[in-house]
Amino acid sequence: MSETKQVAAAGPSIVLAEFDGAAALFSAAEKLRDAGYREFDCHSPFPIHGMDRAMGIKRSPLAFIVFACAFSAVFFMIWLTYYVGAVDYKLVISGKPFFSYQAYAPPIFAMGVLTGAITAVLGMMALNRLPRLHHSLFRSKNFERVTTDGFFVSVQSDDPQYDEARVKAFLASIGGKNVEVLGDE
Amino acid sequence: MDEAPLIMGNPTFASITQQISEVVENKPPKSWYGAFAAASAGLLLLLIAVSYLIWEGTGIWGITSPVGWGLAIVNFVFWVGIGHAGTLISAILFLLRQRWRTSINRFAEAMTIFAVICALMFPGIHVGRIWVTYWFAPVPNQMNMWPNFRSPLLWDFFAVGTYFTVSLLFWYVGLIPDIASLRDRAKTRSKQIVYGILSLGWSGGNKQWRHYEMAYLILAGLSTPLVLSVHSIVSTDFATSILPGWHTTIFPPYFVAGAIFSGFAMVMTLAVIARKIYKMENIITMYHLENMAKIMMVTGMMVGYAYSCEFFIAWYSGNVYERFAFINRAFGPYWWSYFSMIFCNVVVPQIFWSRKLRTSIPVLFAASILINVGMWFERFVIIVTLARDYLPSSWEYYSPTVWDWFTFIGSFGLFFTLFLLFLRYVPMIAAAEVKGVLPQADPHRHNGKH
Repeated sequence: MSETKQVAAAGPSIVLAEFDGAAALFSAAEKLRDAGYREFDCHSPFPIHGMDRAMGIKRSPLAFIVFACAFSAVFFMIWLTYYVGAVDYKLVISGKPFFSYQAYAPPIFAMGVLTGAITAVLGMMALNRLPRLHHSLFRSKNFERVTTDGFFVSVQSDDPQYDEARVKAFLASIGGKNVEVLGDE
Repeated sequence: MDEAPLIMGNPTFASITQQISEVVENKPPKSWYGAFAAASAGLLLLLIAVSYLIWEGTGIWGITSPVGWGLAIVNFVFWVGIGHAGTLISAILFLLRQRWRTSINRFAEAMTIFAVICALMFPGIHVGRIWVTYWFAPVPNQMNMWPNFRSPLLWDFFAVGTYFTVSLLFWYVGLIPDIASLRDRAKTRSKQIVYGILSLGWSGGNKQWRHYEMAYLILAGLSTPLVLSVHSIVSTDFATSILPGWHTTIFPPYFVAGAIFSGFAMVMTLAVIARKIYKMENIITMYHLENMAKIMMVTGMMVGYAYSCEFFIAWYSGNVYERFAFINRAFGPYWWSYFSMIFCNVVVPQIFWSRKLRTSIPVLFAASILINVGMWFERFVIIVTLARDYLPSSWEYYSPTVWDWFTFIGSFGLFFTLFLLFLRYVPMIAAAEVKGVLPQADPHRHNGKH
């Protein structure tokens, strides 16, 4: 019972291969995409231009989430300034109308921007499943170079056509070096 | 257009990481300790000045009846203005795809955050009863009292508070890949854990990069209006009043141009020092410094135009009070501050017409200091020349007390303490972004040919 739980909690196993540089990683991504792989990722020290299309993945949906949250904040602030100025705490100041929307624009705008920015960061973390304390990838000593000058491809075992031996052979055939399997133990 | 390399000395990806990370990993140079001792002495002075202020009240400052805001708001506007260059570099230059920004954006953003901390302190302590500053926030309290959303002072609270938070988030998001780099290079277990938590478990996969880059783009897009709006809103503290010399529509654009002007001067000062101490001349090259000098020249001339336009309007409006306010600025009892301002902000940047002068480090350094002195005087001129009010009976010569000066000098202590800690513990240059502008980062480049 407890054993099955542990296996379920750990991630899928991963085949990791190293590539020579940005150009090699880019063409490896295209080959994996064309061979029909889905659950793979290309790791690099910096974002590589055009990689989304090379890997066959869609654009990030983050902008829609941010847009929705920022505008919710804007409407909330319109309501709040109305409620404060015209309903709950009416004060006549220099004969201005209670709902002086022109004067309320700066705080409404600021709260829209603030909410948008917070959503962008939290949304990015949520979509990336971050923060996380560990990942099977970090079992590899070689993978420590990914933030310096290492370029890697990882193929996960939850890919529909995953077969450890075939994936290893395929990665080696497209130029992958130091191919290793990172288990889920 | 001919593309010269942005980063000198044909670095590799590994050498960039090595050069930037070893600053954090090794002991700092001796000069760092000297600078830190001086900065923390300034911070101590600030703590003493602020403690005495809270104990005794704002009466220890030189503020008088016509000049009720005094140095506190001069310093507030000065520090908020300095922050603007960081946001301009990180947001607007990013959207305009100015790739040279990658060498300077990290510490310009850090400068923004620390400058805004210094700025926020001044209105915070000037309210007198600092334990009730939360009344600014629209939270229901026991007196059933709400803030007045029509007041520019409240707009400031929202604008500057938002500005600080967004800048901090932007800075942190940019740091994630570089902290991951420190994590992977860490030798000790404790460092691995600390950097591991701070880098959130970053693995550099493109499935992460795609959301990351989108978040970065959105933050840049959201910060771009902030560059223009924050100092515009700060200027409305003055412009929405009906005082001659303040009640003008030129204030928002004029304040924004001045903010970028002073901010670039501060980035220049810090860049010249940091690249020298940490030998970053190959990453922050003369090309970067020259570009900053050009921006200072342009914004300096915008500020100069605003000064002359104000005078023109004072005459053209036919308003005697307006005319008096401006003649008083230039030839009244504070003439020395007005002409210091003109010299530093309008005359000094003209030297950047000469290529020889704008590529000389000592000249750039001296000019950047003079420009910040001038921009401080600009705010001083705007605020303190109020000492000649409508009624001569309320005329007074405002002079700051020793406590005003201690607080001002102390704010530099706070700023430099934070900045030196940043240089010591955080990668000062965005390594991942610099790698992205190296020629070998282009996936379509084969055999050295594009």
